[in-house]
Amino acid sequence: MNKLKSLWHWFDDRTGLSDTIRPLAKHLVPPDSKWTYVFGSATLFTFILQVITGVALSLLYQPTSETAYQSLKYISTEAPLGSILRGIHFFGASAMILLIGIHMIRVYLSASYKYPREMSWISGVILLGLTLGMGFTGQLLRWDSNGVWSAVVAAEQMGRVPIIGVWIARFILAGETLGGATLSRFFSFHVFLIPALLFGIIGLHVFLVFRNGISEPPEAGRLVKPDEYRTWYEKMLEKKGVPFWPDAAWRDMLFGLGVVIVILILAVVKGAPEIGAPPDPANIHTNPRPDWYLLWYFALFALMPRSIESVVIVFGPLLAITVLILLPIFFNRGERHPMRRPWSIGIVLFIITMIITLWSEGAKSPWSPDFSTQPLPAKVVGQVNADARAGAGLFYDKGCQFCHSIEGHGGHRGPDLTYVADRLTLDQMTIRIANGGKNMPPFGEKLSEKEMNAILSFLQTRTSGK
Amino acid sequence: MSDLIPDAVKIGRRKFFTKMGIFLSGFLGVVISIPVIGALLTPLLKKTPIVWRSVGSVDDFEIGKTVLVTFQDASPLPWSGPTSQSGSWLRRTSEDEFHAFSINCTHLGCPVRWIADADLFLCPCHGGVYNQDGSYAAGPPPKGLVKYPVRIRKDEVEIMASPLPITRL
Repeated sequence: MNKLKSLWHWFDDRTGLSDTIRPLAKHLVPPDSKWTYVFGSATLFTFILQVITGVALSLLYQPTSETAYQSLKYISTEAPLGSILRGIHFFGASAMILLIGIHMIRVYLSASYKYPREMSWISGVILLGLTLGMGFTGQLLRWDSNGVWSAVVAAEQMGRVPIIGVWIARFILAGETLGGATLSRFFSFHVFLIPALLFGIIGLHVFLVFRNGISEPPEAGRLVKPDEYRTWYEKMLEKKGVPFWPDAAWRDMLFGLGVVIVILILAVVKGAPEIGAPPDPANIHTNPRPDWYLLWYFALFALMPRSIESVVIVFGPLLAITVLILLPIFFNRGERHPMRRPWSIGIVLFIITMIITLWSEGAKSPWSPDFSTQPLPAKVVGQVNADARAGAGLFYDKGCQFCHSIEGHGGHRGPDLTYVADRLTLDQMTIRIANGGKNMPPFGEKLSEKEMNAILSFLQTRTSGK
Repeated sequence: MSDLIPDAVKIGRRKFFTKMGIFLSGFLGVVISIPVIGALLTPLLKKTPIVWRSVGSVDDFEIGKTVLVTFQDASPLPWSGPTSQSGSWLRRTSEDEFHAFSINCTHLGCPVRWIADADLFLCPCHGGVYNQDGSYAAGPPPKGLVKYPVRIRKDEVEIMASPLPITRL
């Protein structure tokens, strides 16, 4: 035991480890910075978890277009605990993005971005972008029939950028088409380039926490005055500050532990997303979807008006990033408490509502045609004449059912037609089918008169009887 | 001996060497970046050859029908595996007229599906719809399906292996 102690003393003296770590661990923090302050460290813990599981995965994953799929199958089905490893990595990514969002909201609401912590905010915004980039490139490394479409959709979005769009798109695809070089590019970005940037900027972000100190919880009426703040803060810490370790760090540890436990449970119980068919860009039987944290963005593209789409794709993210970065430049003083900043509460509520609404719409994705629907069963068609029965068959054959439901059978792109005869007259139905509608193609030239009449007869039997 | 060298010259030399050192380091940095940036930009600088791929003989295709055909990209890398494939919806409209539609929706690139009985292409991602001639019918896409060049040579139908269609602003 004494040998170990003297060994440690030698090591510590030559490296200066505890002399460096002790002041950081014991640095003073405001005594009332409590549970709302755990989200930054939780994000950091999940990042470390991602790096560790990521390294483990990279021992098994083969990053070429030809073999990635096989290695994924291997990891998921044969490698011992491979599927759990994938699960931890997937839920870790989800946790990191969720926690970064919560952390950002907390910092924004308590206006901790004000003087002197503006650079913490700005570096944080960059970290948010990089983390979303990791999520996106990571999903793509799941190189199955859906994974290839992430690359294509990203390239198509970049293609809308004026003048240089096609070059950016080809830069992303690493070629004129998706091919052998595409996966290597994303692998390099996901494993080397973006993590290098992340390490550097996280380093800056954490350094700034030590340099500027943890922000004290805001108090209504206590304004941030740049010329007075630093002195005031130092004095306040001298008077009431508590050492970070262990007085505040225990909350970070506990919460971080909780997050990792939840990730583990999810990895074991739910598991990572299934690996689909091989990554063939000519496979048309795919249903490309981003992972859940980008599902709201996916929904936005389905629901946004067609005419403004190119503008939103290009300038939306640019505008958002500019506004976020300029926030602490323009608003770095004054009130910090959210009750004195009602706009901040309004903005946060608006953004949360928007994202949750878009998320749930994205999950349902009613705008996607239901390709799996089957012809209407006899009991739904009911006792109708021969013409209407033919119409029911055409309702499926001509594709109507992909977008319209009758008694739960069919898609949700268009209105439910279970009781359409109660709503529309025969003439109205005819006009709609012939001319189409907002998202409905015109069928006037696709149906013969006999077919149109059969369908109309069928639809006219769709009544609730009232 | 160094007392004989005026201070002005000593400091001038120091400044010169400082600037020289920084300049040389910067210059070397630029030189090293060239192959690095080259690696990033290789796919943009490669010249793709014009390659026509056969997708079957003329008799394989019925007039008035649209079928999915797949073919190899123009110059795939040896390790591309299944990603070297491209797909096209091929429609024969008459004895000698073929139209090869890209399977990529012009909205954001998802693969569209041909529904034969409805004579429509439907996109699973955001609900885009195209008519049998590839023209726009409904939904978010800004225009109709892109067509690949197609020709008949010695009774074989050939499609030109083309870049992924990218919708501009």
